[in-house]
Amino acid sequence: MTDTATAAAATRTGELLGIDNLSVSFHTRRGVVKAVRNLNLNIREGETLALVGESGCGKSVTAHAITRLVPMPPGVIESGIIRFRGTDLLSLPEKEMRALRGSKISMIFQEPMTSLNPVFTVGAQIAEVFITHEKLGKKEAFARAAELLNLVKIPDPVKRAKSYPHQLSGGMRQRAMIAMALASPEPGLMIADEPTTALDVTIQAQILQLLSELKERVGMALLLITHDMGVVAETADRVAVMYAGRKVEDAPVVDLFANPRHPYTAGLLGCQCSAPSNRNAARLTSINGSVPDLLTLGEGCPFANRCDNVKDECMESFPDISKAGEEHEFRCHNPIPGPGASI
Amino acid sequence: MIDEIIEEEISPPAEPGFWKESWYQLTRNRAAMAGLVIIAVFALMAIFAPLVAPKDPLIQTISARLTAPFTDGYILGTDDLGRDLLSRIIYGGRISLIIGVVSVGISLVLGVVLGITAGYFGGWVDRVIMRIIDIMLAFPYILLTIVIVAILGPSLMNAMVAIGISQMPRYARVIRASVLAEREQDYVLAERSLGTNNLELMFRTILPNALSTTIVQATLGVGEAILSSAGLSFLGLGAQPPTPEWGLMIASSKQFITSAWWVVTLPGIAILLAVLGFNLLGDGLRDILDPRLRD
Repeated sequence: MTDTATAAAATRTGELLGIDNLSVSFHTRRGVVKAVRNLNLNIREGETLALVGESGCGKSVTAHAITRLVPMPPGVIESGIIRFRGTDLLSLPEKEMRALRGSKISMIFQEPMTSLNPVFTVGAQIAEVFITHEKLGKKEAFARAAELLNLVKIPDPVKRAKSYPHQLSGGMRQRAMIAMALASPEPGLMIADEPTTALDVTIQAQILQLLSELKERVGMALLLITHDMGVVAETADRVAVMYAGRKVEDAPVVDLFANPRHPYTAGLLGCQCSAPSNRNAARLTSINGSVPDLLTLGEGCPFANRCDNVKDECMESFPDISKAGEEHEFRCHNPIPGPGASI
Repeated sequence: MIDEIIEEEISPPAEPGFWKESWYQLTRNRAAMAGLVIIAVFALMAIFAPLVAPKDPLIQTISARLTAPFTDGYILGTDDLGRDLLSRIIYGGRISLIIGVVSVGISLVLGVVLGITAGYFGGWVDRVIMRIIDIMLAFPYILLTIVIVAILGPSLMNAMVAIGISQMPRYARVIRASVLAEREQDYVLAERSLGTNNLELMFRTILPNALSTTIVQATLGVGEAILSSAGLSFLGLGAQPPTPEWGLMIASSKQFITSAWWVVTLPGIAILLAVLGFNLLGDGLRDILDPRLRD
């Protein structure tokens, strides 16, 4: 497909971010770690996409690749295109990429405890974004920072803007991080890299609700990286499941929860405390084995050694995309039967 | 409902900022306060030297050569040319403090720029800078200083430059080490994800976090620089007569050590006190600013 054709396709589907065939590896002393392999992903304007998977499956690397924050070396982007509103981010000059970061694409991180600079006040750090991107004066930037703290529901924002990070609780710091990520004239995409993992459960719910509210209000899309299926159910429109650097399933959230086709997705859902199989069980269900070493990964399906439905061909080749509906894709040689077949 | 929970989440009323808290800690550390008082006394004497000094430090009264302390109105006696020793020590404090601060300033600027560049960029930039630093560290400190003064020519200004350059490697090393640790921190990545450029990341984001150990080192360095400049002046490579510089005062009166002890001993005590002051303060600051001792 030519560039104009892809651009046209992009506008037709309302695509905000499109990732085609992205592969990222890390060249370490022990060998080449294939962190992300042939990943396709797309996010529409205003949509929440949840990227789900275990630790080390390539979720964060994907997020860092979008903002081009993968440390290089040792990281290498082997192939792929990342389109943001039609422009390829991977071929953009560093200067233009920098202008995009924090203004149209922003990130919030897992650890609110360490993601704020300890020596500056929260207000000063948020104001800095306005100063960098909008060339505002110090005073005005500070006022805008306080407004944002108000928007993320931090009480007494003017006073809090003068607080140092260590004077805030974890939940407040994460709110401040969100405010920082919102400090732009027209945020298009917010990448939230496990935004609630480090917070306790009551605060988690608040932060998720805040993110959803803000998303509606500002009209941005959200790429939510998580390993918590509960979080997914609450916030996402669509879900992409990753395993060992590969995307194994991609579906609208309702579809995925109702009819998971890939055994790994089913396994993840089965691990939840609230899963039907766990309702009256003495022990929680788990997926046997552990994530394979990304250094020694062969050509077969990476999940084969843990899969209950494994067949011979699973060891030899990674399956092609199968469709289970308009927007439901998965890659499995021996999928869990769909709703039609199971009756 | 959400708003109610947030109310409970409010942190306690704003604590004092980092510097306020550090100052409070400092006032509770007796040794550091003693150091600070010594430095303050020397600094005040230096600033108000014309008001404090009883006599002109350069006026020679041949009739009153080598007067013992507390005689004829000379509180600390006179030197071999009949100059008032107290006034010379007071004026000498001006020069010594300036030397200490300026030469540490020179080495701080050089050390910070080199150290942060090496630590932040890593790779070959790091290797080239650090090998140069290693070579400089391989020279004995005083020898390196003497060589630089010898090249630039003996004068007070050149002595400061020489001390600054030869003290620089250790600052560069310490800064590089802290930058290496700080650049991996989440907040650096977070700020990078907001579109901050390299220069801002280096000097605005990372440097303030990497500076606390260096503040301690610089304070200790001032004492050492005063000592080195006294040494250089003693060797005739620093201040030139008749400048009232402590090291020079010792050097030019060393032959009287048996006959008129005060001429040699009193400037020595001045050096000792000033260096002690900076060392006490530096040690105290280390306890207060050490990141490992902070929560």
